[in-house]
This record gives sequence, C-alpha cells and structure tokens, in this order.
Amino acid sequence: MASPATPRRRRPGRAAVLAALGTALLVLALAAASNGAMRIPFSRLPALMFGAGTGAEDALWRNVLLQVRLPRVLLAIVVGTGLAVSGAAMQALFRNPLAEPGLIGVSLGGALGAVAAIVLGAPGLAVIAPSAFAGSLAATLLAYRLGGRSTGVAGVLLAGVAINALCAAVIGLFTWQANDAQLRSLTFWNLGSLAAASWPLVAALAPWVAALSLLLLRDWRAMNALLLGEREAQHLGFALAALRRRLVVLVALLVGPLVAVTGTIGFVGLVVPHLVRLTLGADHRALLPASLLVGAIALTLADWLARIVAVPSEVPIGIITSLVGGPFLLWLLARRGTA
Amino acid sequence: MLQAANLACARGGRAVLQGVSLALRPGEVLGVLGANGAGKSTLLAALAGELAPASGAVQLDGRPLAQWSAQALARRRAVLPQAPALAFDLEVDEVVRMGAYPFAELAPGPLADLAEHALELADAAHLAGRRHASLSGGEQQRVQFARVLVQLLACRAEGEYRALLLDEPTASLDPRHQITLLRAVSRLARAHGVAALVVLHDVNLAAAWCDHIALLAGGRLVGLDAPASVLTAAHLRAVYGLDAHVLEHPEQPGQPLVLFCAPPG
Repeated sequence: MASPATPRRRRPGRAAVLAALGTALLVLALAAASNGAMRIPFSRLPALMFGAGTGAEDALWRNVLLQVRLPRVLLAIVVGTGLAVSGAAMQALFRNPLAEPGLIGVSLGGALGAVAAIVLGAPGLAVIAPSAFAGSLAATLLAYRLGGRSTGVAGVLLAGVAINALCAAVIGLFTWQANDAQLRSLTFWNLGSLAAASWPLVAALAPWVAALSLLLLRDWRAMNALLLGEREAQHLGFALAALRRRLVVLVALLVGPLVAVTGTIGFVGLVVPHLVRLTLGADHRALLPASLLVGAIALTLADWLARIVAVPSEVPIGIITSLVGGPFLLWLLARRGTA
Repeated sequence: MLQAANLACARGGRAVLQGVSLALRPGEVLGVLGANGAGKSTLLAALAGELAPASGAVQLDGRPLAQWSAQALARRRAVLPQAPALAFDLEVDEVVRMGAYPFAELAPGPLADLAEHALELADAAHLAGRRHASLSGGEQQRVQFARVLVQLLACRAEGEYRALLLDEPTASLDPRHQITLLRAVSRLARAHGVAALVVLHDVNLAAAWCDHIALLAGGRLVGLDAPASVLTAAHLRAVYGLDAHVLEHPEQPGQPLVLFCAPPG
C-alpha cells in the first residue's frame, strides 16, 4: 500500500519523565515536611536536617521535623509507592482498568483482621497490625484458591468480589458489637491514617516495599504480553498459572503490611496507574516506575492535606484520597462513555 | 519437528478431535480446511501447546509439548490467534517488539532492524508509530502478523526448526493483503525452511499457497495431501456438505479451482 508514512507522534522519553517525577517528589516531600500545624521555614530545612542551627526555636523545629514530619512523609512515600505499583500490576493481570489491589481481598481482609483484634480487646498496634496482615493474606489466599480453579483470571476476580463482600459483612457485625472507644479505633481502619508513622516503622517497611516493587517491575514484559490476552501471553513464553500466582503473591505481600499499618486507603491503587496510562501510554516498562513515583506523590500530597485542612485535628487520609479519587473516576467513566 | 500422532482432544467433555496425525515439515506450508466446528482451532490450540491432548501426543523434536517450558516453546514456535484486542492501547512498534520477548539476548539495534523487516513483510511499515486502537481490523491483523514474524525470526540459527501457526490470518484482510500475507508465509517456508500451518476458509487461497492441505470433518482428518489430490468433489461434499465443480486453474496448470454450488432450498 502506497499511503504516505504517518508522522510519528513522539512521547516524552521514559528517562526524562521519571527524572521529572523524581524531582517533583523530592520538592514535594520537603514542602510537606516543612508545612503542618507548625510551620518550619523551608529555607531552614537543610540546616535542621544536617545538625547546624542552635537557636531555641531550632531545637523545637528539629524535633518536630526529625521525629514527626520526616517519618510521616517517608511513610506516605512508601505506602503510595506500594499501593500504586500493586494497582498497576492488578490492572495488567485482570486486563481491567477498574482492578486494584483490594480486588483480591487484601484490603478488606486486612481491615477485618484489624477490626476483629480491636473488638476482641487487642491493646495496641503491636497486636492489631499482625492480625491485619494475617487477615490480608488469608483473604487473598482464599480468593486465589477458590477462584484459581477455573481457567483465566475471571474466577479469581469473582472469588475476590465474594470474599470482599463476606469481609465487609463480618466487619459490619464487629462494628455493631463494638463499644464507643472501639468504634473510634475502627474509624481509623476504615478511613486510613499515617499517624502511626515512626522511624522503626519506616525502616522496616521501606526495604520490604522497595524489594517487592522491584520484583513487580521486573515483570513488565509479562504485563505487556497480558495486554494481548492470556493465550497470547502464553504463546509469548509466559507460563500463565505461574505468572498469575507470582503477581497475586507479590501484591498480597506488598499491600498486606501497608494495610496493617495504615488501614484501608482507597483509590490510590486504582486511579494512579490510570492517570499515568492516560499520559504515558500502557507500556509497562514506563507505566510501572512512573506509577510508583506518582503514587508516592499522590499520597504525600493527600497526607499533607489531611494534616493541614482541619488543624489542629487531622482528617483521615482515606477521606482525602476518595474525595479526590471518586470524582476523578467518574470523570474517567464519563470520558469513556462519550469516546 | 512439530507433529501430532493419533491426537484426540476434548472441550467441555465433548470430543472435538479424534485420531489426527500430521507433521509440520520444514519448508512447507500446511493448510487446514474444514467447516465451522470441524476442530480446526482445536487442532491449532493443541499444536500450540495450550490444550492438552485427551489421548495421543503432540511432540516437538520428539518430546511431548507438556515437557517444554512456555519460554522454550515460545522460542521455537509462534502463534497468530484470531484478532486479538489489546486491553489497553499501545503503539504499533511496541506491539511488534513484543515478538522478541522470548529472546532476552536480542540487543535493541538488531531488534529494531528485525521489527522493521517484519513490518515490511506484513505490508504494515507505514503503520509504525500509530496507536494500535486507531487501526482498522485488517491493519491490526497485519501488525499482529508482524509481531509473530519477529518471534519466528528472532535469533534463529541457520537451519533451526521454527514453526508458525496461523489461525484464519486472512479473515479480515482485503484480497490484496490476503495474497500478500500468504505469499510472505510461503516465501518464509521456501527461503528459510520455516514450517507453517494455516487455518483457512477460502479453498482457492489454500490451493494457491499451501503445499499440503489437511481436510477436517467432524474432528477427523478426511484428507491430507497436495491440493490437487485432496480437493476433489467427493472430499468437499464430505467436508462442507456442498456440491462443487473442481476445475483446472486457467493460469496455474495443475492447480485446482473450486466453485461451490448453492445448496438446494
């Protein structure tokens, strides 16, 4: 056919986009660390962080910055990273733009574990978090086992929907039984919060999330192949059953601890990969690392808002992400409808 | 060599293929013809290794396909399924480069050359840089064909056995591109010793471009031979339930030309 060559529409280079996102994240993290119920001048950050500055005000600022703000911002980055990259992987696995980590039961399973621990009288996070993690893994395992028998991923998806409904019902039962003090704790789990942030927590979660995210990033070829279809991915050399098992296990191990520490934070895993796909395209070689960075940016921003919109109290972060993510999803659906 | 011996397959508990034996010889194009539901796609799925035989065997180089890893199999045979749709849109170049996923050792430079060559063979070079979803059905089919050619030709040692399985590759193509595609397959077989299997509906296309034709009816092989021997009025009636005139092609001596008669009623 002799039609003229179409001019190639160049997308911005992958490296340039990632560098820009990384820089944006760094600036945002510093801004978020300087801003809050107490304002620390942006220009003083380097001096405070690296030990210079000895005034009376400096000591207070340094204390707030190092003991409160930085662990919190870093936790936001770690959690945002994990949720977004998991969301991208789930959307690839299920070949569905509306998939997210919670679909395989990891979020509500974790919430159920936490709520059960709280209502049965667990004293603090030391018991609640492991219980939440156990709930995440149990729910995911159940969804995978029950749904994995049928060919294709539709079975896992349907089993996940059923497990989620079951978890929500049992959470409802526990909530109905809870006393006033327990109800207050339950709110934390249902709406999410980064208030548990501390250096030991960040030190434990960061390497874990980094390692598992890298393992997901390595599967970019398989995720691209899945865009063609499950049969086609198999024809291209990706053993489907093993791939499905690997992705589900990685996401459960990645998101489980995050839910255990922060409660359920909705919409980040759903909306971030979508946003990135709209701007960068669906090639997972770029989509996965960019989602990771945009997820970190989104959650840092959301947590910043959560801390400052209702000073001196804090809005649960899940409310912020859903308030922004909900309308965004509606807009997305409207766009698809008109397309 | 990829071959099926006394192959039987079942889908949903129903036997759809029985006692099929055939081999994909290097340098040959084997056409598969049959009515809807005759078992053509099942045969292709079994040969691709995605459907386990109920009995009999499918072997590559003397080893059952079940003993091959998905990765090792992908390096030896490529499959073009019917009209795959992308879950999320990609650029044509990205789709074509996917053909090299089983070949991690292929450097970006040679891969770019191979992708360009494959797009030219598929008469789709001018589509590079377009979004896959912006293409027509026929154009998408040609891009997918280019992807499969990359997989077929990547890192191939001289004389290495490679198999190409095509499921109704001409279904959404105009007559010109039907010929372009089948000629490309035929040349790859002649020049590079590729072994090809093509599921077709157009009997005359099969007669023109296939070295051998396998006729399937009710899940059984009713004929497997050169086109002139296998395309007889009796065979065609058995396969399609239609009367047919089998003439000699006016321009290709020895090549049959089939005209089907409308069934009564």
